[in-house]
Amino acid sequence: MVIEHIDEQLPGAILDRHAFRGDQTIVVDRERFLEVVDFIFRDGFQQLIDVTAVDGHQRDPRFDVVYHWLNLASQERLRVKVRIAERVAMPSLVSRFKSADWAEREVYDMFGIPFEGHPDPRRLLMWEDFPGFPLRKDFPLDGGDRFCNEEIGASYAPDARSLNV
Amino acid sequence: MPAINLDDSVMTTRLDAVVNWARKNSLWPLPFGTACCAIEFMSMMASRYDFSRFGAEALRFSPRQSDMLLVLGTITNKQAPILRQVYAQMAEPKWVVSVGVCASSGGMYRTYSTLQGIDRVVPVDVYVPGCPPRPESMIYGVMKLQEKITRESLGARREHIEKFYESMARQDALQQAKGLSNYQVVREMVLAAGEQGAQQIW
Repeated sequence: MVIEHIDEQLPGAILDRHAFRGDQTIVVDRERFLEVVDFIFRDGFQQLIDVTAVDGHQRDPRFDVVYHWLNLASQERLRVKVRIAERVAMPSLVSRFKSADWAEREVYDMFGIPFEGHPDPRRLLMWEDFPGFPLRKDFPLDGGDRFCNEEIGASYAPDARSLNV
Repeated sequence: MPAINLDDSVMTTRLDAVVNWARKNSLWPLPFGTACCAIEFMSMMASRYDFSRFGAEALRFSPRQSDMLLVLGTITNKQAPILRQVYAQMAEPKWVVSVGVCASSGGMYRTYSTLQGIDRVVPVDVYVPGCPPRPESMIYGVMKLQEKITRESLGARREHIEKFYESMARQDALQQAKGLSNYQVVREMVLAAGEQGAQQIW
């Protein structure tokens, strides 16, 4: 439903789409993301459930930033993905959706994706000077801690301090 | 001068035996509960298992008023400096019981976020295995601690307490010198200890 509306009103904004058992996903161009957000808000998708990301690692562009919306009137759900490269910022949705606040901070904390216009762009879970971004695929699971391994002295990371990106 | 008959009114013993007898039967626990072990702990304190039988029913949530630190659950690296501070603030003599595998060794959480055993950052007296341990196991652990207290000489704990305070001073100095947060300082101390093959930072 909403996807057809976007097609009519904002032609070319949707780069890719798929649907599986009522699970609607669209991939949106980063430049037109805010346009689409405002449009689906007027269409009834007024609750932002979650913001997260996927690290494609070797893929170009590297990250998918994934947004989940719920239409409270029709109970429809919509997943919006935006593909961005490393060190590219996403526009923050905090001024539109309060629930974006901590979710965007968590995405920044775990993936190192900055959000432009966020009122409080600190890390959420890890401490401020924690080296690296843990959910990136090139981050060693043990974070350089040799105690995590069977044999003391065999960490995946050569030096934990080199994880700062 | 008439002879004084003391008979049964006096008995001789060693000073540490008397002091340890008093100490082991009036432990004041501080529950540092962070996970499911804390739920088992509630069961242990309640009427069915009745932990007060061991003279340790007076829970204190201030480290200043307690002498047995029960670490109940996963300690993350972000919790490590807090745990160290709580331990440092406790009244001496103080004992630590590490309850559950997460506190004892990191358990199944072999990741960047979890401290791989609290003995990396504070001295531990008794480890209780289990995930979570049953209340019986925890009680057995505390009984083992009581046995340990019975055997202690009064000055026995001085050495590792001093070592611990020395490591706190080292932590503060490092923090001032590098301008890091206390989380990152403890993390770097643990990582450096790992590189040197040391098991602990205190």
